[in-house]
Amino acid sequence: MTDISKEAMMPPRSFLSQDAIQVFYRLLAALLICAVLAVLSDSFLSLGNILNVLRQASLTFFIASGLTLVVLTAGLDLSVGANVALSACIAGTVIHKTGSPALGILTGLACGGIVGLLNGIMVTALRIPSFIATYGMLWVLNGLTYWYMAGETLHGFPAGFRQIGSGYLFGLPIPVYLLLVFLGIGTLFAQRTIWGQEIYAIGANPVAARLSGIPVARRLLLVYAVSGTMAGLASIIFLSRLNSAEADIGESLTLPAIAAVLIGGTSLFGGVGTVFGTFIGALILTLVLNGMNLLSVSANWQPLVTGIIVILAVWLDMKTRRRAQ
Amino acid sequence: MREATVVSEPNPLQRIPGVAIVLVLLIALFSAIAPGFLSVANLSNVLVQSTILTMLALPMTLIIMTEGLDLSMGAVLTLTSLCVAIVSLATKSMLLGLGAGLLVGAAFGVANGWLVAILGIPPFVATLGTLGMAQGLSLIVSDGQSVVGIPHSVRDIYSATLLGVPVPIVMALVTYAAFHGLLYHTRFGTYIFALGGNREALRYAGLSPNRLLIAVYAIGGAMAGIAGLLMTARMNSGHPTAGLGLEFDAIAAVAVGGTSFERGNGWLLGTLLGVLSVGVLRNGLNLISLPSSVQVASVGVLVIVALFLDGLRSRA
Repeated sequence: MTDISKEAMMPPRSFLSQDAIQVFYRLLAALLICAVLAVLSDSFLSLGNILNVLRQASLTFFIASGLTLVVLTAGLDLSVGANVALSACIAGTVIHKTGSPALGILTGLACGGIVGLLNGIMVTALRIPSFIATYGMLWVLNGLTYWYMAGETLHGFPAGFRQIGSGYLFGLPIPVYLLLVFLGIGTLFAQRTIWGQEIYAIGANPVAARLSGIPVARRLLLVYAVSGTMAGLASIIFLSRLNSAEADIGESLTLPAIAAVLIGGTSLFGGVGTVFGTFIGALILTLVLNGMNLLSVSANWQPLVTGIIVILAVWLDMKTRRRAQ
Repeated sequence: MREATVVSEPNPLQRIPGVAIVLVLLIALFSAIAPGFLSVANLSNVLVQSTILTMLALPMTLIIMTEGLDLSMGAVLTLTSLCVAIVSLATKSMLLGLGAGLLVGAAFGVANGWLVAILGIPPFVATLGTLGMAQGLSLIVSDGQSVVGIPHSVRDIYSATLLGVPVPIVMALVTYAAFHGLLYHTRFGTYIFALGGNREALRYAGLSPNRLLIAVYAIGGAMAGIAGLLMTARMNSGHPTAGLGLEFDAIAAVAVGGTSFERGNGWLLGTLLGVLSVGVLRNGLNLISLPSSVQVASVGVLVIVALFLDGLRSRA
């Protein structure tokens, strides 16, 4: 953690290399945690556990990657966890009713995307601050999901569908392949497309972005819709991994996703951060929680630790940027 | 200070319509469709059930007036409720339980204020972090179980009456009077208006905005402690998820009550009417046997509509 302050002493560089340094230090931190855990616990370095960590990290990453784009525009999406729950329950019902996993997957993605679009409309057309709008959406979705499920649990899905979350290909879990694919797409989109660069510009200075002709409202709509759709994707992975869906599955997902984005070095104030950083952030958070699990710390401690990590991550980020200026 | 005194005068004519119309419409609606809504027993039930929310919504108004937010209030209330239950169970003393709840609540409030004022972390993220911490601590101290067998002295607070008025209502009224006096009749109240409206002015006047901000969040935490006592008394137990999400009802009451999220002006009476609106909405939906999930969703819609109208008004 102290490496970050050392980095801040260096002369300011261009954005990209600054980002690269930030990511490098976070990779080092992840390796350090691995080393500590390998010493403390015999089972940490087992293949089963490492694959488990990667699979867990992939779920957090799917939610956090869409969220990264939102945070890059200086917004926030607090409804992602509740969105995962609703999408999973609706997708699960569709699979049960029609017997078609493909239809279920499409419904889950669409449900997530529509919720995201509604968030985007509230932020752009109604001009409600994003954290309040998506917080309201969180409770609307929670209410809808509990009402829709009425205390029921959906379980027992076709074997083919369950492969998505729990299957292996060449010895690696399938979610890990999906993680690599979306990591690639996300990075290319953010760094190498005009839309991606416009998202950075909106976060860095919305007024300048508007004056230079960027369609700010449309890009914001896109960003919230992507965040919702990624929550929809996460709901599918969740559904097929757990082979069941309940109304309360989303409650413990939002804080870790936000933590992953912030640990990954994306600034809450917009314009700075990378999707790859978020991947490292998801990895670090998962390693910490997995380590607590291996050292038989009760799961009751997880929200406390995640909360502390969120605050530490924001504080470190602000400290670095203040010194860099 | 001239400007500060000008904004501190509430302008009822401009604001009463919004929240009062919402309340009257809700009452009219449920009188028509919910049998038994207008009975004395039910209405006094609405009032008693609104007391915990009143104790959260009033300090939430002050916090939102400083362009802040406290998402941790529900989780902190859960934790203080557990503290009240555990300490009063161990010592058989209601006052020691209340003291423990107040202390833990105020500590979380100071922590929130410190994160927001000194470290400069945006309020919604700082308090989201402390939300996780309070929720985690609740699970840890209770080991995920209910705390039962608390002394009668705690339980009686919720059911006792003073001169024929239920004690929770007396507590809520005293709280309202205290907040009204604090906000409109003390210098501290004027500073709170300035914290949201014009922080520079405070600095020029030689005051420390940071310390004032910490005080505002600390008041919120301490009130969550007192509300924790009521929650434990009401449930006759401490439960690790008792108050989760209550901060949302509080934010809803403040938003419906006409306090703006972007400018430093607030209206305590509006918040009180907002609390009643949320209480009537939940009670009425309950009477027509809609589950609490629908109530939660309706409150969510209420907030979004209120904020939309607030946005329209600020642009007008």
